[in-house]
This record gives sequence, C-alpha cells and structure tokens, in this order.
Amino acid sequence: MNCLLVLPIIVPFAVAAAALLFRKDFERQQTLSMVGAALHFTVCLGLFFHVCKNGISTLQIGSWPAPFGITLAADHLSVILVAVTGTLGLCVMAYSKAEIKKGMMAAGFHPLMHILLGGVCGAFLTGDLFNLYVWFEVMLMASFGLLVLGQEKAQFDGGVKYVMINLFSTLLFISGLGLLYGMTGTLNMADLHLAIQKVSDKALLTAVATIFMAAFGIKAGIFPLFFWLPVSYHTPPVAVSAILAGLLTKVGVYALIRMFTLVFTFNVAYTHGLLLVAAVVTMIVGVLGAAAYNEFRRILSFHIISQVGYMVMGLALFTPLALTGAVFYLLHHMIVKANLFLISGASHVAGGSFELSRLGGLYRNRGFLALLFFIPAFSLAGFPPLSGFWAKMVLIRASIEVESYVVAAAAALVGLLTVYSMTKIWGEAFWKPCPETMHSETSGMEQAGGGLWRILPIMVLAVITIVLGLTPGPFLKLAGQAAHELLHPDIYVKAVLGGV
Amino acid sequence: METVLAVLCGLMAAASIYLMLSGNIIRFIFGLVIATNAVNLLIFVAGRLSSHRPPLIADGSSVPVGEVANALPQALILTAIVIGFALLAFVFILFYRTYESLGTVDTEKMRFAEPVEGNEALGADNSKGSGA
Repeated sequence: MNCLLVLPIIVPFAVAAAALLFRKDFERQQTLSMVGAALHFTVCLGLFFHVCKNGISTLQIGSWPAPFGITLAADHLSVILVAVTGTLGLCVMAYSKAEIKKGMMAAGFHPLMHILLGGVCGAFLTGDLFNLYVWFEVMLMASFGLLVLGQEKAQFDGGVKYVMINLFSTLLFISGLGLLYGMTGTLNMADLHLAIQKVSDKALLTAVATIFMAAFGIKAGIFPLFFWLPVSYHTPPVAVSAILAGLLTKVGVYALIRMFTLVFTFNVAYTHGLLLVAAVVTMIVGVLGAAAYNEFRRILSFHIISQVGYMVMGLALFTPLALTGAVFYLLHHMIVKANLFLISGASHVAGGSFELSRLGGLYRNRGFLALLFFIPAFSLAGFPPLSGFWAKMVLIRASIEVESYVVAAAAALVGLLTVYSMTKIWGEAFWKPCPETMHSETSGMEQAGGGLWRILPIMVLAVITIVLGLTPGPFLKLAGQAAHELLHPDIYVKAVLGGV
Repeated sequence: METVLAVLCGLMAAASIYLMLSGNIIRFIFGLVIATNAVNLLIFVAGRLSSHRPPLIADGSSVPVGEVANALPQALILTAIVIGFALLAFVFILFYRTYESLGTVDTEKMRFAEPVEGNEALGADNSKGSGA
C-alpha cells in the first residue's frame, strides 16, 4: 500500500506527542520541533513528487475498500497545498525560534502548532466528508489554543468571536453532511459524485449545496461571512498569525473547490453564479476594508479576504483556465501572505509597533528588511514579473474568455487598490522619517532575540516568490494539471473507487 | 415519527440561534449545546427510522435478513458527540477566562481587539503587547 500518503498527517502528530514529553525542557523541545517540522517538510515534498510522477494516489485505511472505509486521496491540488503547508510550517517554526518565549512554550505552543499542521494536511488529503469534518475540528481546536496563548485582552476578545463563528460554521457543515447522507447514503466524496446523479429532487440538493457553501464560506472568509477574520488575526504572536493567515482560510477555499467541482456540479448556473457574485463582492469589500486601517496586521488581514475573493472567482468561473488561475493563486497567496505577516513581526521588532503612525524610517535603518517587504508586498499587488502578476493575469484572462467583463474589471480594479494599501504601508513604515515616539530600546531587542532566525524564513519565502514569478511556466503547468483533474472528476473517482 | 423529529430539530435550531444571537456569551454556550444536539438528531433522522431490529447477521449467512436499523448514523453521532463535548469544555474555559480578563459577558462591550474609532491608543497598546 501507498503509505507515503499518511506520513504528512502522522509525522506532525508524533512530533506533537514527543514535544509534550519535553514540556519543561524548552531547549530540547524547540530543537525537536524544528527537526519535526523539517521532517514534515521532507515527507510533504516526497508525496508531492510522488503524485507528480505517478498521478493520483489513494490509500484505503485498514484496506477497507472504498466507499466503506476511510479513504485518503492525493490529487495534484491536494499535494500542491500539502507541499506549501510543509514549507510554511518549517519557515514559521524557524521564525518562532526568535519570537516565542518560554511562557508560551510552557503553554504548549509547539505541540499545538504541529497538531495544526497535521490537521491541515489531513483536511487536504482526506477523501471522506465525515473525515473532513473531523480534520476541521482538529485544526480548529489547535487554532483556538494558539490564538489565546498569550492570554491578553485583545486575544481573548478576538478568540471568543473566532470560536463562536467557526463553531457555528462547523455545525452548518455537519448538518449539511447529515442531510446529504440522508439523500445519498454515502459520505465518500468519490462515491458522492456518482450517488448525487441518482438523486431526483435537485431543488433539495441545491439547498444542501448552499448550506455547504455557507459553512465553507465562513471558513474561507468570503463576503458576507468574513467578520471573524479581521477581529482575530492581528491579536496573536506573529508566528501564529502567519500560519493562520497562510493556511486556515485556504482550507476553506480548498473545501469549496473540492465540493463544488466533485460533488455539487449539477446546477452550475445557480451555485457557481452565487459564488461568483460573492467572490466579486468579497474582493472589493476586502480591499476597501484594508484601505480604511492603519495597523500593519489589520491591513494584511483584510487583504486575505480580498485575495480569497480571487480564488473563489476562479472556482466560480469554472473553466479550465480559471481553475488553473485559482490553484496558482492559492499557491502564490499562501507563501506571500505568510511572509508578509512574518515581515510585520520583523518591522514590529525594528520599529516597536504595528501601528503605521508609530513606525517609520525602516527603509533607512533596515534597508534589507525593506527590500524583503518589497518583494511579497508588490507580488500581492500584482506587479510584473512577481508571482501575483501571473496569478491575476490568468484569472482576468479567464474571465474575459467567458465574457464576464464586469468580473474582469473588478479584479483589475481590486489589484489597483491593493497597490494603494501596499504603498501606504511602504510610505508610512518604510519611507517616512522616524517618528519621535520611537524608542531606542527596541534596537537592543533585535540583538537579543536572534535576528537571523527572524530574517532567514522571510528570505526563503521571498526567494520562492521570486522563483514563482520568474519561472511561472512549470508551476502554471502543475496548476493546469490540477485544474484538469478537477474538471474531470472521473479521474478522481476511478482512482478512489477502482475501475467503476 | 420522522416528521415529529424534524419539527423538533427545527425548534431546537430556532431556539439555539435565538440564544446565540443574544449577545451574551453565557447564553451563547446554551445555544451551542442545543445546536449540537439538534444537529446530532438531524443526522439520526437522516439515517431513517425504519426498523427497530439491530443490524445483526445470523450465523451462516453473509447479509442481514429483512430490514434492520442503520448503524452508521449512530457511529457518526457518537463521534460528533465526543468532539462536541471536547469543544464545549474548551469553550467553557475560554469564556470563563475571557470573563475574568475582560470583566464582561456582553459581546457589545468587547472592543479590545477592534477598539472604537477615536480610541486608537488602546489598540496601539494591545498591538505592542502581542508581539512580546
């Protein structure tokens, strides 16, 4: 059997358990956690290359044949996301070496972080709907814990709202799951694809599809369901917000893509039409929200929402090119967004604040950091030849192809407004002269806090962004392959169920 | 019987949403408990209430004879109950600690993560602390 599939899930859980054994020995716990993240990165990449070479891999747990047992299935979309998860996990773990203090380690930072990584990989790899629910819960529990680790007032406040809305979304998900089971009698996603064609009452099925859309929409942060995100993402330690920003909403987007290409494709005009409207409004509202704030991480949080709009737009247009764009956008966005959050942390150390009005002079004092900010920030805004440019270009071309000119115009406009808020951060934090309020004590922090561990992951992610931007060819081809599999569910179904 | 349970599910969902929207985090917990149970009941009903016979297979045969109860929804609900219980325990502690720290159970008064306009100094202090 193909045991490689289970490694990206098992390794983080094993590391989390081992990290718990070293609760009091912070040095060792940290080393173990780093080694664990490196190992996880290796197995994620291993699975990635395996699937690229051999096509869709499946694993029937306990050799119970699908659709009766639990199935793990890795197609191109899954492994691209798993590979990025491994990369982000390693980078953020390296960053946390500089940031996370003993108090937070005693509270369980490392085990929670690895459980989160395992949960995310599980969600990407599972081929069973109920299993997806379980992975969502694993992931949520870990993120709840990470969010309130510092026990500050703002964290409790953001955490409570995050917990409330996400629990509600999970309840929606599982009630949709129950109804879907009642209609089809199966929960295996590949089997659902076949069973759904036999359901006669399509109107009822559309209602269930809408419940799923709302449930995953909350997780992904699409309009009008995103309000939990900007409340909570700017409150935890930077390493935590970077990993949440890079991974969590993207699991929601992944679930949307999976369900609305494999299962709910019987009424594309309605479901995908609704998604398209939501996507366009999400893009615009997100970017306007970002324009309204003057706090580094709150601006970035609103940009997550606006960017999720692009990905959902790719799904909603539902053409090969659009889905290629959506997958490439996911890849580009996860790396860039996590990096920007890490940079906000490095600027906080250098300038003493997340408030743009209190920051300043970073270009002068921290030229290298400014350069590192420049790369992901203007990639996010879509400057050629950085990765965001290709992602946006593919999506806009896809929307022009199907003659959705309004959508194309909205996407272009949002790109422009993204430039506005990125130049706002650039102008305020990096170019503007240093404000009076800046304390000299903060520069001492840099030397004490292990500056290399802060800068190194940022550099690695920036290099990946540049590589994605300069040689988009192979990555676009990969995304195209993922899109091909998504639009031809028979391939996936055949891989999971055997020759049906 | 299905109809009665379906109506009950609806009533429980309505009650839970009413409680969840009240703006008081204590009431939210009660709403959450009711909602979890409503969803569990829904999965149970979705699995059909066709028979009282357990899904047992007699010696010598490989399929059950006649109509038997569907065991899968019960397995799903059991999992959901366990997960729900763990989440509930976490939510209780989180909300209690929140009350201790913020001194209120009214969500309208919780403005620490997103301070009201003109009160930016508070937000600045928060962001300063969270990097440590």
